[in-house]
Amino acid sequence: MAQTVFAPWEDPEQKPLIEFRNVTKRFGEFTAIDDLSLNIYEREFFALLGPSGCGKTTMMRMLAGFESVTEGHIWLGGQDIINVPPNKRPVNMMFQSYALFPHLSIWDNIAFGLRRESKDKAMIEERVEEMLRLTRLTKFARRKPHQISGGQRQRVALARSLAKAPKLLLLDEPLGALDKKLREETQFELMDIQEKTGTTFVIVTHDQEEAMTVASRIAVMDEGRLVQVDTPDVIYEAPNSVYVADFIGDVNLIPGTAKPRPAEPEAPAPEPAPAAVEDAAPAVEGTSPEATAQAKVQTDARLPAPNARGEWLYKKVFARFMGQRDLATPQLPPPSPEELAAARKAEAKAAAKPAPAPAPAPKPAIKPGGILIDWAEGQPPIIAANGDPALDGKPVTLSIRPEKVTIDLEKPDRPNVLPGKVIDIAYLGNISTYHVELASGQMVKAQMVNARRLSNRHITWEDAVWIGFTETAGVVLEE
Amino acid sequence: MRRFSWFNVTSLTLGFAFLYLPMVLLVVYSFNESRLVTVWAGFSTKWYGELLRNEEFLDAAWVTLKVAVFSSTIATVLGTMAAYVLVRAGRFRGRTLFSGMIYAPLVMPEVITGLSLLLLFIGIGLDRGVLTIVLAHTTFSMCYVSVVVSSRLTSFDRSLEEAALDLGCSPFEAFRLVTLPIIAPAVISGWLLAFTLSLDDLVIASFTTGPSATTLPIKIFSAVRLGVSPEINALSTLLIGIVTVGVITASIVTKRAAVAQARDEQAAERNE
Repeated sequence: MAQTVFAPWEDPEQKPLIEFRNVTKRFGEFTAIDDLSLNIYEREFFALLGPSGCGKTTMMRMLAGFESVTEGHIWLGGQDIINVPPNKRPVNMMFQSYALFPHLSIWDNIAFGLRRESKDKAMIEERVEEMLRLTRLTKFARRKPHQISGGQRQRVALARSLAKAPKLLLLDEPLGALDKKLREETQFELMDIQEKTGTTFVIVTHDQEEAMTVASRIAVMDEGRLVQVDTPDVIYEAPNSVYVADFIGDVNLIPGTAKPRPAEPEAPAPEPAPAAVEDAAPAVEGTSPEATAQAKVQTDARLPAPNARGEWLYKKVFARFMGQRDLATPQLPPPSPEELAAARKAEAKAAAKPAPAPAPAPKPAIKPGGILIDWAEGQPPIIAANGDPALDGKPVTLSIRPEKVTIDLEKPDRPNVLPGKVIDIAYLGNISTYHVELASGQMVKAQMVNARRLSNRHITWEDAVWIGFTETAGVVLEE
Repeated sequence: MRRFSWFNVTSLTLGFAFLYLPMVLLVVYSFNESRLVTVWAGFSTKWYGELLRNEEFLDAAWVTLKVAVFSSTIATVLGTMAAYVLVRAGRFRGRTLFSGMIYAPLVMPEVITGLSLLLLFIGIGLDRGVLTIVLAHTTFSMCYVSVVVSSRLTSFDRSLEEAALDLGCSPFEAFRLVTLPIIAPAVISGWLLAFTLSLDDLVIASFTTGPSATTLPIKIFSAVRLGVSPEINALSTLLIGIVTVGVITASIVTKRAAVAQARDEQAAERNE
């Protein structure tokens, strides 16, 4: 199969459909767009995302021809368009307010653009009918815009802007006026139509969820500049700045100072791991010294210490049948109010049954390298195996998504574990978000999927909990 | 239903009496048999017949109509253009001065407008007649049109015009095909306002008219100076009738359109 993944931006041979070259736009003293360069490729669904006033709408209006360009050039399909009036550009726009002509019927609205360029009645009729079918509006053709509902109006606006088969379709917050449910449906409809027609779409939105859903690439903008241009997953998983991390979705930002971390794992424990192990994971040895030490102290206090091999064997094999050993002897939580006692009992019961723990029993090795982040006085540093060692000594921010943070009453076996106290719980039905205050006063959000009904409800306000995350879950961002 | 109190009924009666008693008197006396305006001598429609045979009045009515149609049409075109430019131009130096200058004739004493126009026509040697009245009426009614149209244009969704441009219209086509049909009600009511103003103007018309053109208000005014005749009453009654029918028709049409639109919108919501 030739091209299964659509990624023309990675192909240097591809010529972009739209090229912004050092474009600057000023309104008097105010600079709306600041020396911006950007390539958008054919068949892309490109989203301009940012808070209001970031310049995204100005960029779209420059593409449509409603705003002039102060400096720089915009190329569209090999033609410099900055001096082309809007009615001569092969670009159509779907307006935020839909801008349907109230004095014309749905049919005439859709035919409006076609009539401007062609006199061929049969051709116009055919094209309008086609657009009506595409947007499922055939039976409303004779109505006036005020006689149809909001969702139908939105589809008329789309049909009208697509009727002339433009090279480029601009969508200005197209779904802002729809309610949530209709908006979600329409997002998929838009993607479907974009695929069917093969038109390049550029969408302006301040709704990051919408951008993530529909776009092939997203440009996050701030104050007239592009902060990051990438695919939705890269924007979400690997934001390049605190701004992007904070703007896209929910995020925990933990500031600290980077310090070096040994590139090779230290091996304090008795060496030779069983030779027959196909998966090369040496369980205990891989742990960072700090974590190991801590875990050891915890374990030693309660149990006769097995040797490393025994530990490994237990975790690899027996834990599957017997459940996690640690859970059998719950560490007593700090004194809690009377009313919680019942909940605790139930929890103890639940824990005695086969472990509900979502984490796989065998302990994964901690990836070596990266950096350690000193984030609070008297607390173990956070391991960030994906941090750049060159950041040594610099102030950094660890950005980590709440869904990558686990929350447990017991100290979990994870590369990074931090103690804290539950301050707030937001139950959203499908997920619950816990706001946990760490010892330093830093707030961290942890998210749990409510896969089972009423699961995890045993964690409640004021509980002492452990939050945990892996060494690669966060993204280290330079200040 | 809440019953009206004694006080409400009285004030309503007094108010309406104050407004309409003079007109009612005029209408009643137009059907008077007697030649004497103030003495009732039985019902008759003979003065209406007289009126139709009076060449002078018919000529004057014709002149008035011509002047009103031409001046209100020119005023509508100019006033709409002025309103469009002022609303669209956005902010620029002297904008307030310009818009102020358009609205100034609204408060200018008619005598002064009339006198200055007279001086201008004499100065450029234009013979006074229908043409000069048309020009004079255009001058002062244009600002009324521009007030009405610009208030509609400020609430006009600019993106409709942009959509038209985006779909391939030239700026003029966008105005003709989209803006104008949408603001048409305001333009029409501006035209009606200008028409009415021209119809009943006495002061400016008498300054700018010549012997060849006498408008109805001038005719009535000069006739009354010789004594009020029942014919004038009949003529005035006809004018009142025309205006009343016009106003009532306009309001019924507007109301029906509003009701129909509300019904359509409700239907659309149900269809969702």
